[in-house]
Amino acid sequence: MAEIVLDKVSKRYPDGALAVQEVNLEIADGEFIILVGPSGCGKSTTLNMIAGLEDITEGELRIGGQRVNEKAPKDRDIAMVFQSYALYPHMTVKENMAFPLRLAKVDNATVERKVSEAAEILDLTQHLERKPSNLSGGQRQRVAMGRAIVRNPKAFLMDEPLSNLDAKLRVQMRTSVSRLQKQLGTTTVYVTHDQTEAMTLGDRVVVMRGGVVQQIGAPQFLYEHPANLFVAGFIGSPSMNFVPATLENGSLRSVLGDCTLTDRVRQLVEGADAPREVIMGIRPEHFEDAALVDAAVLAAGGKFTSQVDVLESMGSDKYAYFNLTGEQAASAELQELAADAGSDDVPGDGISLVTRLSSASGAVEGASADIWFDADKVQLFDPSSGRNLTYTER
Amino acid sequence: MSHATTEDTATTGTAPEKSVAPKKKAALSEGKRAERKLGWLLCAPAALTMIAVTGWPILYSLLLSMQRFDLKFPDRTEWIWFDNYVTVLSNPYWWNAVWVTVLLTVVTVAVELVLGMALALIMHRALVGRGIVRTTTLIPYGIVTVVAAFSWRFAWTPGTGYLAEALGGEPVLTEKIPALLVVGLAEIWKTTPFMALLLMAGLALVPDDLLKAAAMDGASGWQRFIKITVPIMKPAILVALLFRTLDAFRIFDNLFVLTAGSQGTSSVSMLTYNNLIKGLNLGIGSTMSVLIFIMVAVIAFVFIKLFGTAAPGSDDGGKR
Ligand SMILES: Nc1ncnc2c1ncn2[C@@H]1O[C@H](COP(=O)(O)OP(=O)(O)O)[C@@H](O)[C@H]1O
Ligand SMILES: [Mg+2]
Repeated sequence: MAEIVLDKVSKRYPDGALAVQEVNLEIADGEFIILVGPSGCGKSTTLNMIAGLEDITEGELRIGGQRVNEKAPKDRDIAMVFQSYALYPHMTVKENMAFPLRLAKVDNATVERKVSEAAEILDLTQHLERKPSNLSGGQRQRVAMGRAIVRNPKAFLMDEPLSNLDAKLRVQMRTSVSRLQKQLGTTTVYVTHDQTEAMTLGDRVVVMRGGVVQQIGAPQFLYEHPANLFVAGFIGSPSMNFVPATLENGSLRSVLGDCTLTDRVRQLVEGADAPREVIMGIRPEHFEDAALVDAAVLAAGGKFTSQVDVLESMGSDKYAYFNLTGEQAASAELQELAADAGSDDVPGDGISLVTRLSSASGAVEGASADIWFDADKVQLFDPSSGRNLTYTER
Repeated sequence: MSHATTEDTATTGTAPEKSVAPKKKAALSEGKRAERKLGWLLCAPAALTMIAVTGWPILYSLLLSMQRFDLKFPDRTEWIWFDNYVTVLSNPYWWNAVWVTVLLTVVTVAVELVLGMALALIMHRALVGRGIVRTTTLIPYGIVTVVAAFSWRFAWTPGTGYLAEALGGEPVLTEKIPALLVVGLAEIWKTTPFMALLLMAGLALVPDDLLKAAAMDGASGWQRFIKITVPIMKPAILVALLFRTLDAFRIFDNLFVLTAGSQGTSSVSMLTYNNLIKGLNLGIGSTMSVLIFIMVAVIAFVFIKLFGTAAPGSDDGGKR
């Protein structure tokens, strides 16, 4: 077990593509850290550099305080779980799991003991003599985990280990991966493109975009204090709503109605030297049916009236979808996020808005509703740089 | 077909279960029979051609091998059953040819396997100039064997050949062991590229992720090769070995040009040619052909049944 430090690590592939750019990351001993971002953002490249499967172009990688840039994968004492599981097809489950131990010339009795312990933990005991081709996806995934845990490595690296499983199994396996990591206390770097996995699994999350780290922090912190438009849009499901807005001496003008900035927000905006035209971001849960809000609170927010496009009742609360007329918020980050989500070519103009209302709301699909939002929860972004103008450390 | 079945059950929907089941079965097997018939029809042209060009000659050889049949004495032709086999199998020239053939086969195929694997790995891993590497490797295989054999012969001829000069002008092709070495060398030079190509196709079957996983598990390059690459490409290796062994066993052109079978360097094919075509002894020549056929069949049988070589193109090729 050991801490892993990436010090200005960059990767340029032989074809000239700069896949990872000056990543600085300190992973504490025993920490569970998630690399997340849309596909092609350099997550696997970063992981492979830690593994030693890809050379580091620039910068330094230290494991347990020791520079390992030049060390071969086999000398780094790190285990890896692949998206394809990479099980050896000609070996049984038992032989697969024993493989790293056999290579390390561990004696027979210890191999037997460790393999059966791991099989016990992963519920594979009755499959030990089978070949991988006869196992289900979930079982193969567990064998891959088993092969990683048998030899108590310094760290686990996992590259989208659950993305070949079906949705239900993925949720199940997510919890068991999390439990396993807590139980073993081994430093783990986990790559995923699924923000839900990132939010639920990690101690800390690293959001990447185009080879550059956007923000590092605890999942809840990233959710509440995204450093920029990209992180704001990537983290959270349903994702944050973005609306173009104008700042005018202390008030915010948009299709969601005018509202006065709260003192907290105004101070942040002034400190950040904000432009006049901004992108306003607001999460679905910060909306409410205006009829349910106290008159005193009502004033501390904005209000708009529109026809409910679709209403989904979840029991505990209701999701109301709106389609407002007006220009969509435009920025490179938002475009990239839409492309990654595959929604960039969904037809329809105007601003689509997702709101989460309490179940007591009387909103009806197709009818008009008065919706209020909390002005203190608004986040403002610079459309050109994507920077969060209302960012705070707390 | 399934369409017919559903219609069938639909019309008899009200009838009790019992009467439906057999009817369904009949419809199914009828369709299957038609399919099978079509299959035979489609195979027929190929099957008939094969019977005409291989089946009949084999049978004819068998018939010839059981007769005294020498074109030099055509009026002494008669059925003598297995006497030709006794003659051949008790002849020291035949056994010498058998041992020469076996030796050449085993040695050349073994060397080709090692060299071919090395070449395949180089071609598979080559980062720069992959096309050039592959093309240059294939040049020997692209040259007509007889032409290549002649160039080897000239190279080894004292007075004109650069190889003979380099070795001090010894006439190597006139002594048994050196001549066989040269023949083996020519064979290896000529067919290693073929081996390499077959093995390279096998290398492509090994997923990169497995090798990465093995590296992470602590395997060195050599261990990855022995414990992962070789077992996974074993079917391809066996197929390559089978092809090359069968081919090498019938060695003819290199020997024909380089030594013409002198100094006891005849292979079984060479000896058969000498008896059948040169000696015009159809009976003895055919007997030898039949014996070669049997030996080749035994090699193929051993590879396929004992080593489990999958026939190329069969469904379970690559899976065990
Ligand atoms: N072997 C390679 N050679 C050249 N470019 C590569 C190679 N592998 C990945 N890339 C490029 O590097 C970028 C990052 O890739 P990758 O790390 O695999 O992304 P992710 O895992 O986040 O989806 C991509 O733009 C990809 O096209
Ligand atoms: Mg990836």
